Amino acid sequence: MLAFTLRRAIQAIGVMIAVGVIAFSMFRFAGDPVNQIVSLDTPAAEREAVRKSLGLDDPVPVQFARYFANAAQFKFGVSYQFRQPVSNLLMERMPATLELAACATVLAMVFGILMGVYSALRRDTILTKFFQAVSLIGISLPTFLIGILLIYLFSVTLGWLPSFGRGEVVRIGWWTTGLLTLSGLKALIMPSITLGLFQMTLIMRLVRAEMLEVLRTDYIRFARARGLTTRAIHFGHALKNTLVPVITVAGLQFGSVIAFAIITETVFQWPGMGLLFVQAVQNVDIPIMAAYLLMVSLIFVTINLVVDILYTVVDPRLRSTIRRPA
Amino acid sequence: MTVPVLSVRNLEVEFLTRRSTLRAINGVSFDIAKGEVLGVVGESGAGKSVTGLAVIGLIDPPGRISGGEIYLSGTRIDHLPPEEIRRIRGKRIGMIFQDPLTSLNPLYRIGDQIVETIRTHLNLSETAARKRAIDLLAEVGIPAPDKRIDAYPHEFSGGMRQRVVIALAICAEPELIIADEPTTALDVSVQAQIISLIKRLGRDHGTAVMLVTHDMGVIAETSDRVAVMYSGRIAEIGPVQDVVQNPLHPYAKGLMGAIPTLAGEDKRLVQIPGSMPRLSAIPPGCPFNPRCAFVFDRCRVDRPEPLKHGSHAVACHLFDTAPHEAPKETAA
Repeated sequence: MLAFTLRRAIQAIGVMIAVGVIAFSMFRFAGDPVNQIVSLDTPAAEREAVRKSLGLDDPVPVQFARYFANAAQFKFGVSYQFRQPVSNLLMERMPATLELAACATVLAMVFGILMGVYSALRRDTILTKFFQAVSLIGISLPTFLIGILLIYLFSVTLGWLPSFGRGEVVRIGWWTTGLLTLSGLKALIMPSITLGLFQMTLIMRLVRAEMLEVLRTDYIRFARARGLTTRAIHFGHALKNTLVPVITVAGLQFGSVIAFAIITETVFQWPGMGLLFVQAVQNVDIPIMAAYLLMVSLIFVTINLVVDILYTVVDPRLRSTIRRPA
Repeated sequence: MTVPVLSVRNLEVEFLTRRSTLRAINGVSFDIAKGEVLGVVGESGAGKSVTGLAVIGLIDPPGRISGGEIYLSGTRIDHLPPEEIRRIRGKRIGMIFQDPLTSLNPLYRIGDQIVETIRTHLNLSETAARKRAIDLLAEVGIPAPDKRIDAYPHEFSGGMRQRVVIALAICAEPELIIADEPTTALDVSVQAQIISLIKRLGRDHGTAVMLVTHDMGVIAETSDRVAVMYSGRIAEIGPVQDVVQNPLHPYAKGLMGAIPTLAGEDKRLVQIPGSMPRLSAIPPGCPFNPRCAFVFDRCRVDRPEPLKHGSHAVACHLFDTAPHEAPKETAA
């Protein structure tokens, strides 16, 4: 088990190095960084001084090693547009994005699993048909459109919920949270729904399909032949077997929820990393873009690792195959 | 005579399909006494498994029991509400399925599955149920049951898993065990162990056993009586010795003739020409008539009922000595 975790961790580091190379090369392919820092009429001598002070005159491998060593300590350089360390900017924005992503995922998991189980067990009810219609909408409507529709309905027409921002936030250490104030919670509702709807429908469809599959298996038939209660069969035996693939998808989706929060954050002007990234793209602020790329990869790689380990917790069969790799 | 543990009377099972209604079981009747093993043989699709599932109330839609009666120790059980038949399943009727590799939930320890079943049916505490589970595992021949109880299904071999399945089937001391091809998925040496285990359990606890299989060897070894099924009907039923050595029904004859012997003659095995009709195309009269070597006119129009003939009951017009046939015979 430990060897397995270690092996996976080493693979993860490999992936991060590869991403680091890509992030680093962005600086070189997007033009000379010095040009973006200095103004048009800066004399050549001054340009050279800037170049030297940034270490841009060193050989490329040296620059890369330095970049990577810094990145490993979460130092991503200084943003061109804000003139602040990128890591500070990211740290400031991260709580907003993580809170939004977590809320969206919890929402998607809870309702996705409930709706999936219900529609698998009661196949022909009106509610099931309604759920399936909702899931079709969730799968096919683009995120920004859902966000805009929600804003139109609840902010513009009904005036119940704020259309943008995070509301009031409370600072706990370096973390800012909107979960403790009423306005913060209200501001969280619509972005969470917008962001989570796609994942929710995905999970619902997955749970439904898996559950129908599991209910046909021999061990469920045998569980019925043993006279177990329907409740024990559905929620004890069937649901647990259904959750193995759901964990994978939900885990990986959490990564994409963070990565693709960009659109939701833009629609709701949510002050998170996604919005920061969009602004960075508009202003060719490469240090932020590179750092964002690294952060998102780190999140994906970490989630992958956690999901792999979670498998073994749920499914005992994997524990022994891991112990004795074939 | 005492009341049989299981008594099935004119059982009919239908499956509703989009086009028509298919009758998978058509007028099946048999009894199983306490401590008796009834073997049920027949080709795939003859209705053996469906009969077993009907008894335990696990025929799922689109299938349904459309006629007949099933009695368990004298009480009618075929149209009980789902909750009541659920209480009987696992408690008064235990069931063993064909494939032990897929019968156990892979995510739970076997002990948890046994304890769960025990506590569903018997009013025992967690510790008492666990102790009983260990005893059961010992009884079905799992070595070191106090350690193995905490193992997962994948940590057992096929034969051991089938033992666990049997332990699960008998955990509430059922009156009847339905074993649906319990040895088909196992290799031959393990088959013999499992069969002797089922036999021993039946003897020790006085449990009636309905053993569904297509393996005549298993039947000859285990059963007291045997029922030969064909196209959803019983073709012949009788004591196992008599049916195996002296089958009457042409189909049973063909079936027994197809058993290879170790006697060493280099003969081709006899095979029955043709194959069993599909449920949607069962011929009128005797369902076996298109394949039967002794077919005569009456077989094509008149469906034979199982009639007593010595120790057997056989559904074949060849053995129908009822009076309405008599004048014909004297005339000829």
